[in-house]
Amino acid sequence: MAADLKPAWKSSDLMPFKYLKRKVKLKSKQQELLIRVSILFLVYVLAFIARLFSVLRYESMIHEFDPYFNYRTTLFLTQKGFYEFWNWFDSESWYPLGRIIGGTLYPGLMVTAALIYWTLRFFRFAVHIREVCVLTAPFFASNTTLVAYFFGKEIWDSGAGLVAAALIAICPGYISRSVAGSYDNEGVAIFALLLTFYLFVKAVNTGSLAWALASAFSYFYMVSAWGGYVFIINLIPLYVLVLLITGRYSLRLYVAYNCMYILGMLLAMQIRFVGFQHVQSGEHMAAMGVFFLMQVFYFLDWVKHQLNDPKLFQAFLRIAVTCTVGVGAVALGVGTASGYISPWTGRFYSLLDPTYAKDHIPIIASVSEHQPTAWSSFMFDFHILLLLFPAGLYFCFKRLSDATIFIVMYGLTSMYFAGVMVRLILVATPAVCLISAIAVSATIKNLTLLLRTKNKVSQSGSTKATSGAKASSKASLVQSQPFQGNVVIALLVGAFYLLSRYATHCTWVTSEAYSSPSIVLAARGAHGNRVIFDDYREAYFWLRQNTPSDAKVMSWWDYGYQITAMGNRTVIVDNNTWNNTHIATVGRAMSSYEDEAFEIMRSLDVDYVLVVFGGVTGYSSDDINK
Amino acid sequence: MAKLAIAIFLAISLVLFSRLSFSRESLTGRRILVLLDDLSIKSSHSIFFNSLRSRGFDLDFKLAEDKSLSLQRYSQYLYDGLVLFSPSVERFGGALDLGAVLDFVDSGHNLIIAADSSASDLIKSVATECGVDFDEDPSAMVIDHNSYAVSETEGDHTLIAADDFIESDAILGKNKIEAPILFEGIGHSLNAGSSLVVKVLSASPSAYSANPSSKLSNPPSLTGPALSLVSVVQARNNARIMISGSLSMFSNRFFRSGVQKAGTSAKYKKSGNEQFVTELSKWVFHERGHLKAVNVRHQKVGETDEPAVYRIKDDLDFSVEIYEWSGKSWEPYVADDVQVQFYMMSPYVLNTLSTDQKGLYHTSFKVPDVYGVFQFKIEYHKLGYTSLSLSKQIPVRPFRHNEYERFITTAFPYYGASFTTMAGFFIFSFIFLYHK
Repeated sequence: MAADLKPAWKSSDLMPFKYLKRKVKLKSKQQELLIRVSILFLVYVLAFIARLFSVLRYESMIHEFDPYFNYRTTLFLTQKGFYEFWNWFDSESWYPLGRIIGGTLYPGLMVTAALIYWTLRFFRFAVHIREVCVLTAPFFASNTTLVAYFFGKEIWDSGAGLVAAALIAICPGYISRSVAGSYDNEGVAIFALLLTFYLFVKAVNTGSLAWALASAFSYFYMVSAWGGYVFIINLIPLYVLVLLITGRYSLRLYVAYNCMYILGMLLAMQIRFVGFQHVQSGEHMAAMGVFFLMQVFYFLDWVKHQLNDPKLFQAFLRIAVTCTVGVGAVALGVGTASGYISPWTGRFYSLLDPTYAKDHIPIIASVSEHQPTAWSSFMFDFHILLLLFPAGLYFCFKRLSDATIFIVMYGLTSMYFAGVMVRLILVATPAVCLISAIAVSATIKNLTLLLRTKNKVSQSGSTKATSGAKASSKASLVQSQPFQGNVVIALLVGAFYLLSRYATHCTWVTSEAYSSPSIVLAARGAHGNRVIFDDYREAYFWLRQNTPSDAKVMSWWDYGYQITAMGNRTVIVDNNTWNNTHIATVGRAMSSYEDEAFEIMRSLDVDYVLVVFGGVTGYSSDDINK
Repeated sequence: MAKLAIAIFLAISLVLFSRLSFSRESLTGRRILVLLDDLSIKSSHSIFFNSLRSRGFDLDFKLAEDKSLSLQRYSQYLYDGLVLFSPSVERFGGALDLGAVLDFVDSGHNLIIAADSSASDLIKSVATECGVDFDEDPSAMVIDHNSYAVSETEGDHTLIAADDFIESDAILGKNKIEAPILFEGIGHSLNAGSSLVVKVLSASPSAYSANPSSKLSNPPSLTGPALSLVSVVQARNNARIMISGSLSMFSNRFFRSGVQKAGTSAKYKKSGNEQFVTELSKWVFHERGHLKAVNVRHQKVGETDEPAVYRIKDDLDFSVEIYEWSGKSWEPYVADDVQVQFYMMSPYVLNTLSTDQKGLYHTSFKVPDVYGVFQFKIEYHKLGYTSLSLSKQIPVRPFRHNEYERFITTAFPYYGASFTTMAGFFIFSFIFLYHK
């Protein structure tokens, strides 16, 4: 192209030259856009197909435990409609208590899948709802890459955005919860989380009501999808507080936060499971406190503006701050003492104090995904991002802005939480990817810039000698570091090597560790051949075929969702943990002697007991091992 | 054509088969196997057997050691009842043994056991399995020096006149048994571990179990109130068992002989044995005290169809029909103590049902303010009657989102506040923007 343009450039006079220049400029911009869009498109597709290992290797099916519940509810939603779903009282789980499904779940995931399903049906694509459910998580993972791109662009530049999109597309920490078939809340929630953060940062940067409104709606979607929204409603106030303390208060921040908080709160109250928690629960009080603080700040600003007398203002400030803090403390104290504001829940405590759950709520501590994270799993899930993360932080601190402060805070807090609980690696993943992307992008940019200036200098030195002084100074700079070019190339090669290692690692992890559905087990036989154990599904099918339709099945709570979804039988407990007494009763029946257990089971009207025994095949996670 | 013929044949055989299977359901024409030590008992106890026959039973007399004995063929039981009038048999013949007798009872069939002083270990072990322990001393008999039956010879007071009956119309019939029962045989005690055994005829407090021909060296193990003469068992599957320590209690001789209890002046021309044994055998063979509950219905007040689910605080009607078998037909069962529970892990509602004297029991109540999977439960266990225990599951759901009150009067201040705020804001904005 350059060769094509040069003759025209030489032979033209002023007018066409200007025109052409504009044309060239446009063209290179278009070129860049084209490259960017095609990269994004490829990343989008890559994020989707990297998650299809399990479908290719096994079949299109729902994985694990909780997704079966989500699948069952989605099926109900598509068959019976939204109002039936909303009012659904499920008498098949938690026998004999039953469960108000509509009031005890986050409906975002099911509604999303049902909407996709209805849209496809509208366009006459005859898909089964199961396929939609299986592919919802990969689809949203793809969307997350887009959000990551825009987020990266917002906090750094479009290069960082592209790298972030590429990194997050294959990061194992995210893939672990979003492979095809892993139809769980997290699949859409990470998208919503990142979108909320992006829109909020955008709102803070622009001070626009519209972006804040968008952020509030995104927050609403997040609340409807996952309990992890508590992270947002605590991180954003914390961020605002940090901005206030560091003296970065601005009207933009005021508009963004107030609009987002008030509207987000009102919208979140529409979710039945969340209800009045935003004004009543201790976990949400930080946001409300910051909201009031914001008003006080604004008021003080106004008073300062009106008074025009520093001394008077100082006195006023002292009184005002004392009064506000006093009133806030009294309100919180009265609220807590009267029981209007509920104290923090166990999971929240266990995040702040990792030993809390072990001492007080054994049921939370007993879940494997609530364990503290081992170093190896950090390495496993992040790989080189773990090394790039501090570097990215360094770059962020070097170019501190409202946006980078946000990403730094997001990264640091979520890294801490990821260390406390294994499952929260997921929340940390987008932050780690973004910060690492900044590191990668900034480094490569610096390196290529060095390379390019050197080339340019040498080129311009050979072709033109107009700006001689500048060129000579550049040349002297280059000459002062003799092997700079080679070093830069070596560093670039190293960076690409690392990134390619990251890509291979991610692919390997995805295919080996995160793509097994855990309901169908695969093992290598003595001769290296693959053996598939489909015993779970056979057992549930047996229950479905051979037991009376009102039979009650008791099992460890792990299998509850699967029994109701696949066996279509009433269960005593399932994976939802809203009633610890009931779980404890079943646990006791399972672990005591027969005659004692028999009495407990009689009192619960149990007809069948499902026990998983792995002694024959060497399946280690059976019931004997519990 | 051939196909049609086959189809017709199949249809006919199906009808026939269903007829056959249907007749098994009804309670007439039932067969009873009577095992004897010696065929002379057939004539010496003929009054008892004839009374059974006259009530529609087919009796099949066999010697206990008969080689062809079998209770079932092709895993179908051939008999509905078993009478063991063979106290001295050491081993049953044929395929019958202790396990087979117990299986027979476990599958819901009835059993009468009569022992006497020659009772073998086999008969005793059958009784033990039923929850009754006969005196282990093989030569022991029940002796009562106070309430023996007066006879010409002084004797050793082993012929007892017992009149300590259980108070149950269901077991012994409505007519009171006036004359004492003549009893001669061995006594038994009830196994403390078995809650199903009931004493029907108890010995007087002065009775004891010992060898009448030898001198009493140490105190007898079974005395007074612990000593039972006739006991019955109703198993959890409603199989009924009668155990008596005296075979001669059933005999024509005892049926016909007069009785006078020692120490009383009342002299009866005829002992109470015939009435007692007949009534008791009616009970054992389910001609009395057999209940059935049918037509369990429940619906919302004012509706006729049974709903699949109730809402909390619904008013509902519950009704059930209970009948008793009279030997020929189902008669309405009348009682004022039948209760229904609305049950989820514990009863939330416990109501006594009112009856219309024609077998229909009815109550209505409000569903409690608790959601979950409830059961209508009737657990009716009354002495002498078969136990009724039925449950019907029904889920109770909470309010739907549109079943709450739309506007609450007490909340009108809040509605007013929000609307005035809206209006105020609008006016304020208007003034702020356009008033200069």
